[in-house]
Amino acid sequence: MQRHLISAADLTRDDAVLILDTAEEMARVADRPIKKLPTLRGRTVVNLFFEDSTRTRISFEAAEKRLSADVINFTAKGSSVSKGESLKDTAQTLEAMGVDAVVIRHSASGAPYRLATSGWIDAAVVNAGDGTHQHPTQALLDAFTMRRRLVGRDAGLGKDLDGRRITLVGDILHSRVARSNVDLLHTLGAQVTLVAPPTLLPVGVETWPCEVSYDLDSTLTKSDAVMLLRVQRERMNAAFFPTEREYSRRYGLDGDRMAKMPDHAIVMHPGPMVRGMEITAEVADSDRCTVVEQVTNGVSIRMAVLYLLLGGNEPAVSHARPTEEK
Amino acid sequence: MSKTLIRGAKVLGGEPQDVLIDGGVVEAVGRDLSAEGAEVVEAGGKVLLPGLVDLHTHLREPGREDSETVLTGTRAAASGGYTNVFAMANTFPVADTAGVVEQVWRLGQESGYCDVQPIGAVTVGLEGAKLAELGAMHESAAGVTVFSDDGKCVHDAVIMRRALEYVKAFGGVVAQHAQEPRLTEGAQMNEGVVSAELGLGGWPAVAEESIIARDVLLAEHVGSRVHICHLSTAGSVEIVRWAKSRGIDVTAEVTPHHLLLTHELVRSYNPVYKVNPPLRTERDVMALREALADGTIDIVATDHAPHPHEDKDCEWAAAAMGMVGLETALSVVQATMVDTGLLDWAGVADRMSSKPAKIGQATGHGRPVSAGEPANLTLVDTEYRGPVDPAGFASRSRNTPYEGRELPGRVTHTWLRGKATLVDGKLT
Repeated sequence: MQRHLISAADLTRDDAVLILDTAEEMARVADRPIKKLPTLRGRTVVNLFFEDSTRTRISFEAAEKRLSADVINFTAKGSSVSKGESLKDTAQTLEAMGVDAVVIRHSASGAPYRLATSGWIDAAVVNAGDGTHQHPTQALLDAFTMRRRLVGRDAGLGKDLDGRRITLVGDILHSRVARSNVDLLHTLGAQVTLVAPPTLLPVGVETWPCEVSYDLDSTLTKSDAVMLLRVQRERMNAAFFPTEREYSRRYGLDGDRMAKMPDHAIVMHPGPMVRGMEITAEVADSDRCTVVEQVTNGVSIRMAVLYLLLGGNEPAVSHARPTEEK
Repeated sequence: MSKTLIRGAKVLGGEPQDVLIDGGVVEAVGRDLSAEGAEVVEAGGKVLLPGLVDLHTHLREPGREDSETVLTGTRAAASGGYTNVFAMANTFPVADTAGVVEQVWRLGQESGYCDVQPIGAVTVGLEGAKLAELGAMHESAAGVTVFSDDGKCVHDAVIMRRALEYVKAFGGVVAQHAQEPRLTEGAQMNEGVVSAELGLGGWPAVAEESIIARDVLLAEHVGSRVHICHLSTAGSVEIVRWAKSRGIDVTAEVTPHHLLLTHELVRSYNPVYKVNPPLRTERDVMALREALADGTIDIVATDHAPHPHEDKDCEWAAAAMGMVGLETALSVVQATMVDTGLLDWAGVADRMSSKPAKIGQATGHGRPVSAGEPANLTLVDTEYRGPVDPAGFASRSRNTPYEGRELPGRVTHTWLRGKATLVDGKLT
């Protein structure tokens, strides 16, 4: 493993499988009466959130606390950042307080990379989503969810997603989740297809390691998992598509479309969902939809990432179990 | 003023000759000239060029003296071999009145390192809505002949048409920053494979090309000349080539950085590579070099854009656009055009001195190195190779994309009307 987690593209197949396997071990902790490991006791992690994201912050916070880390939450609103302090000064101020890892969410693409590579700070940097660039822990939790559902919880250990057909639908252009997923799923051997109106695909997408289609219906029958991405209503005003209704008709997943998917195929969504836009309530609430599982799995994945980045050389649970059994 | 004899200089890269300067004028050019009463500079095979002329410099004064002043900017210019720079109008306040252009002009006169010719804004406040008093700026002591809203595009077709027409009355030229604003909202870098991967807002080539296409057609329609700033794409080259073949009176410039660097560098997210127009593809770079060699692109202009350290030591989206360029321009041109065999030194003198002086109607600059001409000269050690060290810059800013990069060539001497402004690489 590297010292930072900035982009899903930086992970090798073995790195990724190690994280998924470690996350399975972490998940077992959640099944215990006391959901806590002493692994990061005495280590301090700061959640540095320059962009509002309650879900992701809470998920990281839960992961950090389950690993017994000391947690500092920093949100830009009301902080010195809103008074004009730079990213560099904010990060250096926090590090001066003795921080071992920085989990950063930022609206500027590349901000975590800058933080990790500019010599500003020494702490490990975990990208919790930067602009329209990357969101690697989201891709990891998605891959984790797919592996569990499509390969099996125990059968999946040590395995990747070789040959699985994954379809991502929606606003690819503005989506860091899509970029991270394309990179990671490709590394894990899956066949990825992006489906979107041409306006919501970036120029240059033809060089990505995936297929591209404008037609949802033709890809549904050939998908083991269909991941829907949130489409912000504001995009309509910028002429990316004519109306919400037209978007839903052409690219939304409803019950009829879900019925075309193979029986084993799952429906995924990184949240927050816009019901009635990219997904109907019928689909969102069905057994095939993994939205809630993805949230649960997010905590396990983030535990695994923090554990591995902050020097977890031994297997997580063999390291943890004896301590806990005392 | 005393005499100076430059001994054994390759004038425009030719056979070594002696050049005698007397006062502000070149007295003689020839072999074995008498050194009597003259201070001797042994050129030892260095290349002698007419003093360079930059049609596109940001001197930042008035308003952003934290990044550059007329004095520090002209010192940087002299270090880079320039004897005349055209100062862009996007200062604070904007150079859109006779008062502001006269102030900049006077500061240039006082600096003594390099002549400063202010460029006037086309529209009031660079806002693209209302013509500035172009005639008043022309008639001022500054004698403005080049007008530009650089940094912003004169995007309104009617305003552009009127400006092109209006300046004909006094032989002015509009220098267009070609950037269709709607196509570049939130733009952070060249739109393409790299921007898609990095998740940075795209600045598509078509946003530049569509404005250039419109403006050459407007220039043809109203019978005006138009100058295109910092052309950056292969498609723009094709349009300018077509326009020239039709007899349209268009000239174009390219920056040194667009001749060397590509958008691949943005993968570092280091804002030192953030510039407008953005770094493009390898294919664009090669097309620009070829166009500069064949004359489709007339000149090299630096777009020297100083910014304070804090405006670059941050995340990409928050960073300012622009690079300093005066002190590295000639080295980059040598690396990309001379050492590659695309241009000889006479060609460099044409693209970096004679033609820019002609486009900007700079009197006394860009003249041949011959008897009776003003002694605006620069001496270049073309054999030198070394890494760029921004700590040695005369500019107040250090935002160069070339830090640590090995580049050929070094300006050792610059003379402004016979007065040495740079001697052995040191400012006087």
